[in-house]
Amino acid sequence: MSAIQESFRNVMSWIDDRLPVTEAYEKHLAKYYAPKNLNLWYYFGIFAFVILANQLLTGIWLTMSYVPTGDGAFASIEYIMRDVEYGWMLRYMHSTGASAFFVVVYLHMFRGLMYGSYQNPRELIWILGMLVYVALMAEGFFGYILPWGNMSFWGGQVIVSLVGAIPIIGDSLAVWVRGDFNMSGVTLSRFFALHVVLVPLLLLVLVVLHVLALHEIGSNNPDGVDIKAKTDDQGKPLDGIPFHPYLTVGKLPQIIIFLFLFAAVIFFYPDGGGYLIEHPNYEPANPLKTPELIAPVWYYTPFYSMLRAATYPLFGMDAKFWGMVTMFGAIVVPFILPWLDKSPVKSIRYKGLGSKLFLAFFVIAFCILGYLGTVHPTPVKTLMAQACTAIYFSYFLLMPWYTSVEKTKPVPERVPH
Amino acid sequence: MRFLKIFLLLLFPITVAASEAGFPLYEMVPDLRDKASLQRGAKTFMNYCIGCHTLKYQRYKRTAEDLGISESLMLEHLVFDPNTRIGDLIVNPLSTDNAKSWFGAIPPDLTLYTKLKGSPNYLYTYLLTFYEDPSRPFGANNLVYENVGMPHALLELQGVQQRKDCKEVARFNPNGSAMRNPVTFEYLTRTLCGDELIESGISPLELVQGSGELSDEAYRKVIYDLTNFLYYMGDPSQLERERIGGWVLLFLAFFFVPAYLLGREYKKAFH
Repeated sequence: MSAIQESFRNVMSWIDDRLPVTEAYEKHLAKYYAPKNLNLWYYFGIFAFVILANQLLTGIWLTMSYVPTGDGAFASIEYIMRDVEYGWMLRYMHSTGASAFFVVVYLHMFRGLMYGSYQNPRELIWILGMLVYVALMAEGFFGYILPWGNMSFWGGQVIVSLVGAIPIIGDSLAVWVRGDFNMSGVTLSRFFALHVVLVPLLLLVLVVLHVLALHEIGSNNPDGVDIKAKTDDQGKPLDGIPFHPYLTVGKLPQIIIFLFLFAAVIFFYPDGGGYLIEHPNYEPANPLKTPELIAPVWYYTPFYSMLRAATYPLFGMDAKFWGMVTMFGAIVVPFILPWLDKSPVKSIRYKGLGSKLFLAFFVIAFCILGYLGTVHPTPVKTLMAQACTAIYFSYFLLMPWYTSVEKTKPVPERVPH
Repeated sequence: MRFLKIFLLLLFPITVAASEAGFPLYEMVPDLRDKASLQRGAKTFMNYCIGCHTLKYQRYKRTAEDLGISESLMLEHLVFDPNTRIGDLIVNPLSTDNAKSWFGAIPPDLTLYTKLKGSPNYLYTYLLTFYEDPSRPFGANNLVYENVGMPHALLELQGVQQRKDCKEVARFNPNGSAMRNPVTFEYLTRTLCGDELIESGISPLELVQGSGELSDEAYRKVIYDLTNFLYYMGDPSQLERERIGGWVLLFLAFFFVPAYLLGREYKKAFH
């Protein structure tokens, strides 16, 4: 052993006596055994990490030149785009990153639904993941306000006014949230504080907990087989491979393909045809000029559709209130998913026709809702949104029924080759 | 790189825009590499537009650098206020009170105007479709922005356009060729009026010959250059962005090869 290796070992053992660095490295990377049959769907968690790092880093540099005031915000974004060295790159990486984050998170969540990754014993992983998702929605919303373009203003106006739909205390609560009687520079400054300090901290803590919980139980896989059930004499799962380097360096090609697509949008299509940065956001916030169509960014549109789908007053409460209940209901229901699924098997590969059909309809309905949220409502479109909202909820609420009556296939004992 | 752009364009739905007034927009394909066009556009802007419109998010210096104009030439020929320095933002001294009382509205800042409209087509069409309308305060109206408060600032260049109620237009075969009388071989025309004209995308405007300094073609070129310049203004880093983007994608493509080979080795180890 060379002298350098010797001294490195000494330093590490000195540290390990005081802080379990090597132990943590082994537990979470080198000796964390992931199933070897993980497929494409399992990359999205890793991609989400890549995007998270991208958002944090570019966010720090954007903060250096951004001015969080009603008078200065819009101009400071253009200052970043024109006068800051590579400011345009930082800004487009951040704005494209926000959309990319939701793309990978939605696919990551779909993977969970498909392979039953929320089932016992991974209930907490799922719940922590849902909390990450909710925090991400909040983070995205606050971030969307910051450029203080006209769509930022009106989008914010619509969402904050939802608070006003709460009976009795609604109006005063909305004033408290905004810090003003209308969206204003005061609102902008506080949303800035939430966007750069509170929510990112929360997000990081939740992501760490999500991963810690995952590493306690171990990853699920496309077959829903428990790889820890069959181990060799040293306790290593027979169908497991160490996370590092097999799923880190070993997955570089996939990460590069993802980065290629991500970079292609950043450098060649950063506006995304008005879907990633909306055209009305190219003029400063103007309380007197309502954009022709107020639509949130694409990643919220499914929920926005559900909000608008409620059109009848009920029990003395107006339609807006029920819209809000529907929308928040749609975000809350997935939390109890682990207890709704009564199936003896995890993966869609072994579940029956009922689960497959409901999942397919759920995905289609979610996409249609997403589209409907970007366009003007018409009576037919509202009817479609209502039907899709019903499908969305029935996927969850009927799950105890269809997962218990359907015929499942036998799950193999080990990962099939 | 062109294929990539087309591929990305296909990913997102493309909307064909019409103006609020319903007149279909002319298509304008900007060319940021045509420095001469951008320079001419800047010249037109500084001579005809800056009195009312600002480019308040951009500096003279940056513009000069990107357009390949030396700072001294820029200050000498394109900056008319002696107190303006090269590092200043492109603003004007028009006060909001004056603007409101003269035009009924504050002339919009044009730095991001083509971005706001989603493409340069709107601005391009707008600048070509002013027409004489004595009922308006400045005697001018516009096809894509009805009852606009702005006068036709480039009237001396273009000349007077008059709006016709009806127009004789050529008839076309389904294959796109002009329709002719089979016996006399004369070109066939038909008369379109009012909304029919607008809906067919045919301009109801007719230039009063000789009323402007420029020919129709030359005026279109001036407007093309001006629109091109304002398109550049919306995202001045676009060329640099695409240049760097090309290298980034190339790097990732090359990096993919060893990464793929490495990944294959790891895969062998556990299969």
